[in-house]
Amino acid sequence: MSDLVLLLVTGLGLGALYFIAASGLSLIYGLMGVLNFAHGAFMTAGAYAGWLTMDALPESWPTGSRLVLALLVAVVVGTVIGVVVEVVLIRPLYRHHIQQVLVTVGLSLAGVAAAQGIWGSDPRPVDKPVWMTTTSDVLGARLPNDRLVYVVAAVALFLGLMALLHLTRLGLVIRAGVENRTMVEALGINVRRTFTVVFAIGGAAAGLAGVLYSQYAGAVSPAQGGSLLIFAFIVVVIGGMGSLPGTAVAAVVVGLVQQLANYYAASGVGDLSVVLLLALVLLLRPTSLKGAPA
Amino acid sequence: MSEERAIHDATPEVQPRPVLSLDDVHVRFGGSHVLQGVSFDVPSTGVTALLGRNGVGKTTTLKAVIGLAPRSGRILLQGREIQQQATARIVRAGVGYVPEDREVFGGLTVDENLRLVDPDLGVDAPVVAELFPDLVKRRGQRAGTLSGGQQQMVSLARVLLRDNALLLIDEPTKGLAPKLVTEVADVLAEVARTTPILLVEQNLPLVRRIADRVVVLDAGEVVHRGAAADLVADVELTRELLGVSMRREGAA
Repeated sequence: MSDLVLLLVTGLGLGALYFIAASGLSLIYGLMGVLNFAHGAFMTAGAYAGWLTMDALPESWPTGSRLVLALLVAVVVGTVIGVVVEVVLIRPLYRHHIQQVLVTVGLSLAGVAAAQGIWGSDPRPVDKPVWMTTTSDVLGARLPNDRLVYVVAAVALFLGLMALLHLTRLGLVIRAGVENRTMVEALGINVRRTFTVVFAIGGAAAGLAGVLYSQYAGAVSPAQGGSLLIFAFIVVVIGGMGSLPGTAVAAVVVGLVQQLANYYAASGVGDLSVVLLLALVLLLRPTSLKGAPA
Repeated sequence: MSEERAIHDATPEVQPRPVLSLDDVHVRFGGSHVLQGVSFDVPSTGVTALLGRNGVGKTTTLKAVIGLAPRSGRILLQGREIQQQATARIVRAGVGYVPEDREVFGGLTVDENLRLVDPDLGVDAPVVAELFPDLVKRRGQRAGTLSGGQQQMVSLARVLLRDNALLLIDEPTKGLAPKLVTEVADVLAEVARTTPILLVEQNLPLVRRIADRVVVLDAGEVVHRGAAADLVADVELTRELLGVSMRREGAA
C-alpha cells in the first residue's frame, strides 16, 4: 500500500512537470499551428537563468528564497525569449508553417550548442532547499517533498491558465482562434498580437518548467530541455493538441504510467511504455491530432 | 472568347460614389487563375447579388475583398484603396463578412461568439433583441449545438454588432429549410434598409425578393451587370448565364 502511494505521488510529481512543460507548447500549437521545437531551448534557458541567479545570490540567504527568486528570473527570461522569438523569427514567416517549424528546430539546436559553448556540456549541480530533499510521512509512505512542490506549481499554473482562457477577453480570442484563426481575423480582431502574447505565456511556462526540472534532476545541463520536450510533445499529442484540460489529463497519465512501469516491470520500461501509450492513443483516437477547443 | 462571354450591360446606372469598387481584380491560387480581371461597383444602397454557376469565383471575389485570398488589382472601399490591407483592418474599416458555411465558433457559447465582436454587450446588444430574439434565449448554449438556421443567425448577428459600411454575405440560405430561408431573407431585407449588401446567393426567388442589382460571373469574369428584376424576368438570359430556369429553381 505504501509503495503504491509513493508511486502515485512520485508519478503525479513527474506528471506535474510534464504538464508545466507541455502547457505552453499546447497553447502555441492550438492557436498558431506551430509545433515549437524551440520550447526545449526555452526550458534550458530558464534552467540556466535560475541556476545563475541562485549562484549569484549570497550563500547566506536561505536556499528556498534564492529558489523563489530564481523561478521569477527564469519566468521573466522565458517570457522575453518567447516574445523575441515570435516577433523576430516566427512573425515574418506567418502562413509559412513548415518554415516556422524549421526555424524552431534550428533554434533548439543552436540553444544546446550555445549552452555547451558557454557553460560546457557537463551537468552543473543546483542547490536544492533542504525541505525539498526530505520526505513527509503520509499513509505510511515516505513522500519526497519536492514532488508536492511540482504538483502545487502545476495546479496553480493550470488554474491560472484556465482563468485566463475563460474569464478574460484575451482568453476568449485565444479559444476562438484555436477553433478558427481565419474567422477571428474576419471579425476584425488582430490575432497576430495574440500570437505574441501566447508565445510570451509559453515562454514563461517553459522558464518555470526549466527551473523545476533542474530541481528534480539536481543539475542543469544543455540537453535537459530537449529530453523534457520529448515527453511534453507526447503529452500534447495524447491530450489533443491545443486542449489545456486534455494536456493536464495526459500529463498525469504519462507520469503515472512511466513511474508504475519503471517499478513493476523493470527500470527503463517506463519510457518505452509511454511511447506505447502514444502509439495506442494514435491508433484508437487519431482525432486527438486535430485539436480540440481549449 | 465566344460571343456568349461578352458583357451584357443591361442597365448602366449612374450612381453616387459606390461603396465598393473592384477594378481588374485577379486571384491566383497556385497554378489556377480563379479571378481573371473582375471589375464592378457596389452602390451605396440596397442589395447587389453576385451570381453565377458553381466554381466561377463568387466566394473568391468576397474573399479577395476581405483579404482572405491573395489578390492583385485595385479594390476601393468608399474611395480608399484596401487591396494591400490585412483582413482585420478591412473589417474594422467597415466591411462585415458572413462566410459560406457560417463558421461560428462551435465550442463558444452564443454570447461568447458575439462578445468577440462587442466585448461589452454581446447578446445584450439592442440589435440582437430586435432581429434575433431566439439568440437571446440561447445565450449560454454552445454554438456548435445550434441548428444550421440558428448558426446562420449567430453568424449574421456577429457582424451586425459593428457599424458596417458594407456587408459581404456568402450563401446565407444554403442548406436551410424553406421556413428558415424566409426568416433569413426577412433579416437581410431589414438590414439592407440601412447597409448596402453584396450577396452571393444561388436561390433565385430570394434574389428576386431582396436584390436590387445583379452581377453575374462566369469563369472568373463579369459577364452581366444589371437590375435584378430584369435578369430574373428573362428566362432565356437566366438559363444562359446561370444554367438554371426560374421554374425549376422555384420548385426545388
